[in-house]
Amino acid sequence: MTWDPGEDVIEVVRAPAPGALRSTYRAFGETLRGLKTTFGRMLEKPVTVQYPEEKTPVYPRFRGRHKLHRFEDTGLEKCVGCSLCAAACPADCIRVVAAENTPEHRVSPGERYAEVYEINLSRCIFCGYCEVACPFDAITMGHDYELSDYTRSDLIFTKEMLLAEPLERTPLRREGE
Amino acid sequence: MTLALVGYYEPWWVQVIKATVIFAVGLQLVPIVLITERKLLGRFQARYGPNRVGPYGALQPLADIVKLLTKEQFRPSTATGFLFALAPVVSIVTAVAAFAIIPFGDVQDIFGTPVGLYGVDVSIGPLYLFAFGAVAFYGIVLGGWSSGSKYSFLGAMRGAAQLISYEVSQGLALVGVIFTAGTLSLTGIVQAQEGMWYVIPQFFGFLVFLVAGFAETNRAPFDLTEADAELVGGYNTEYGGGRFASYYFAEYLNVLVVSGVVTTVFLGGWLLPFGLRPAGWVDPFVVLAKMGLITFLFIWVRATLPRPRYDQLMSFGWKILLPLATLNALVTAVLVVVTHK
Repeated sequence: MTWDPGEDVIEVVRAPAPGALRSTYRAFGETLRGLKTTFGRMLEKPVTVQYPEEKTPVYPRFRGRHKLHRFEDTGLEKCVGCSLCAAACPADCIRVVAAENTPEHRVSPGERYAEVYEINLSRCIFCGYCEVACPFDAITMGHDYELSDYTRSDLIFTKEMLLAEPLERTPLRREGE
Repeated sequence: MTLALVGYYEPWWVQVIKATVIFAVGLQLVPIVLITERKLLGRFQARYGPNRVGPYGALQPLADIVKLLTKEQFRPSTATGFLFALAPVVSIVTAVAAFAIIPFGDVQDIFGTPVGLYGVDVSIGPLYLFAFGAVAFYGIVLGGWSSGSKYSFLGAMRGAAQLISYEVSQGLALVGVIFTAGTLSLTGIVQAQEGMWYVIPQFFGFLVFLVAGFAETNRAPFDLTEADAELVGGYNTEYGGGRFASYYFAEYLNVLVVSGVVTTVFLGGWLLPFGLRPAGWVDPFVVLAKMGLITFLFIWVRATLPRPRYDQLMSFGWKILLPLATLNALVTAVLVVVTHK
């Protein structure tokens, strides 16, 4: 007994083959329609962003290059050298070496401070886990995405580079843009 | 018709100067067409096109040509050396030669010397054109064959097949015009359009000639000989440097030649509508403006239509273009006989 496909059979309905007039229309009319479409595109403004001169604005939560922060009033570093960011980093690109604060040499408000704080940006995947892990909001993700360089060693950012007020090279997207 | 009647009364030095001027103008038009095409294609695709070299990218063709000419001349070890070098030369010589008969104006009085604003006014105008158009295909066929590469060879074969499928229709499309004008001289054809441009009474001839013109210049949608997608560039796959530049140059010059012929034969050459009769020196600009319009059409079509399949082109050429062209020639012949008695 053969299997009865029942309702599963799909009948393909095809349009009738075009006659002479219809074929002519399809050959010429549709060609003209295509020409009209392309001509309309020519009158519009190009959508190209002229990159080095014009930059695509980023959203406020865009995750670009990291920044380290200081307290605005005292000028002390927020980072206390706890290495939680390094522990959270899936790419293992953060290196923190902590040292004790002394009354003569106070760098951060806590017991310890980061003597060495390096981020290897050639390894970083910009996931933002360091920012999430930090208990003092000492490290955040900035907006800068222009990070190309000529050597790999130049992409290892030290504490001074991360603390420095970054050049704002990236426009921020305005409300509603 | 004697030679004196078709423009050979000019002294030799006038001929030399004219040849130089027309060649120089043609040479300068090619980069303009090149940059216009690239800018327009960009606009058709909602982008800017080249805009880095020079103001608005105007020096891009110069940069392209310098790049190509400073490159190494190489050839594959399987290539047939002599023919490989000869093929681009054939292409470019035929293109320049065909450019010679485009009339840019009537005979003008320049400092007391009557000078016809055209290279030569041959009494066999369209035939001369078809002769060089046919020889131009040797440039493609030889180039593809002598490269010793299968893609080039396929491109060359397609070129040959394409040639026979459109050339008859192209010829027949012009036959109607020649019947009506009663002359084979291109300046004579322009003068015969004094009352009405042939694009109106010969509309089907115009369409057929234009479509065949796309095929003759190997441009989209009939760029089957190049077909970058499947043939990696077709007949010019193995070419580089100056030889490739020659092919490139010939292609754009051919576009100009076809635009010039369409202008001359169907759009009334240097004539203006509504009885406008400007001074003689305006004529070349009128012709150039009309050529510009046709060239724009070439670019527009390239930006719009996809490339048909190989067999579709053949069946289009034989089953649609050829009957249309034949019918057009027949009807015109009957009308000319009926109305001229």
